[in-house]
Amino acid sequence: MNRSEVLKAIVPIISDELVICNVGLPSQELFLFDDQPSNFYMLGAMGLCSSIGLGLALSQYSKVIAIEGDGSILTNLGALPTIANNVANNFVLFIIDNSSYGSTGDQPTYTGKKTSLTGVAAACGCECVVECQAEDAPDALRAAMESDRMTVIVCKCQPGNIPVSVIELSPVTIRDRFVSEVERRAVKQKRVQKLTKLS
Amino acid sequence: MPINLDRRILDELIANDIEFVTTVPCKQLAGVILEIENEDRILHVPSNREDEGMGLCVGAYMGGKKSCIIMQNTAIGVTINALSTLIQFYQFPLPMLISFRGEVGEAIACQVEMAIHTKPLLAEMNIPTYHFHNPSDVEEFGDILKYTQMSKKPVAILTDSNFWRGGG
Repeated sequence: MNRSEVLKAIVPIISDELVICNVGLPSQELFLFDDQPSNFYMLGAMGLCSSIGLGLALSQYSKVIAIEGDGSILTNLGALPTIANNVANNFVLFIIDNSSYGSTGDQPTYTGKKTSLTGVAAACGCECVVECQAEDAPDALRAAMESDRMTVIVCKCQPGNIPVSVIELSPVTIRDRFVSEVERRAVKQKRVQKLTKLS
Repeated sequence: MPINLDRRILDELIANDIEFVTTVPCKQLAGVILEIENEDRILHVPSNREDEGMGLCVGAYMGGKKSCIIMQNTAIGVTINALSTLIQFYQFPLPMLISFRGEVGEAIACQVEMAIHTKPLLAEMNIPTYHFHNPSDVEEFGDILKYTQMSKKPVAILTDSNFWRGGG
C-alpha cells in the first residue's frame, strides 16, 4: 500500500474528526477522497502540521488528528519534544512514513535507512508510540482514537503517488470553514455538558 | 517610579484576551517569560524553534485562543516561510513580541549582524513593525495587540536594549 491507499483506508475513521493535513499530495488526496469542513489543508509551511495539531488540541476539547509525513516531520523534529512535554490526550499524530518525499518525486528520506521515527518519538518522551504496517493503519488509528491517550502512530508504507489536482479552495475559506466547525463542536459539547449536569 | 515592564506586558496580554503564548528565550525576555509561565490565565507552551511556535499559535487560534509568540530577532530568518505561507496566506493574527538584539548597548558582536537585517526583512515581508526604545513605549502595546486582531496580520514589536534597561 502507498500513502494514497492508506489515506483512503482511514477516511471512514477521520471523516467526522478535526484533521490537520500535511502539505502537498496528502492534502490533495484527502481533498479528493473526502473533502470536509473539518479538514484543514496545509497549502504551504512544510513541517508545521504537527505543531498546528498540538496547538489546536491544547486549546479545545474535540479530538484532533494531524496527518504528517516522514519528510515533513524530519524538517521539524523539534515538534516531537514539544508534543511529548505538553500532553494533549485528544491528539493523535499519524505519520505516514513512505520513506520518501512523495510530493517532490519520491526522493528517499533517511527513514528508509538508519533513522526510525518510532525511536525518535519515543526518545523525545512521547509515551504512547505505535508503529504499524499500512494494512493495519485503520485498526491502529481506531484504537488510538478510543484510548483517549495522546498517541503517535508511525505507519510504514510504500512510496508512490496517484494523479491528483491542486486544491482550488482559498486559504481563507479553508480557515473559516474549519474554525466554524471547531466552534460548532465546542457549542455542542457545552450543550451535552449542561444536559449531563441537569440529569 | 520605573515601570515594571515584564508585569505591564503580561497585564496587557491578559487584558487583550491572549490565552496562548509560545516562547523561545532571550535573556532580555527572561522576566516576561517567567511572568507568563507563572500566570494561570495563559497557557504557556515553550517551542524549540520559532516557526514551530508559529504553527502552535495557529492551532491555538483555530481552537479559540488568541495567541502570541515571544522570540528573538535572530530567528526572523527561520520564520520567513511560516510567516508567508501560513500566517499571511491564511490571514492569521499573530503578535510577535521580539527582543531586538544587536542594537546600541549590545555586548555580543554577532548579534549586530542580524540586527542589521531585522527591519529590512520585516519591511520586505510587509509586516507592520513597531520599535519600543523607551520604557514609555509600552503604553502602546495593548493597542498593537488590538490592531493585530483587527488586521489579521503578523505584527512585530521590536524591543531593544534601551527599552529593557529602563531607558537609563
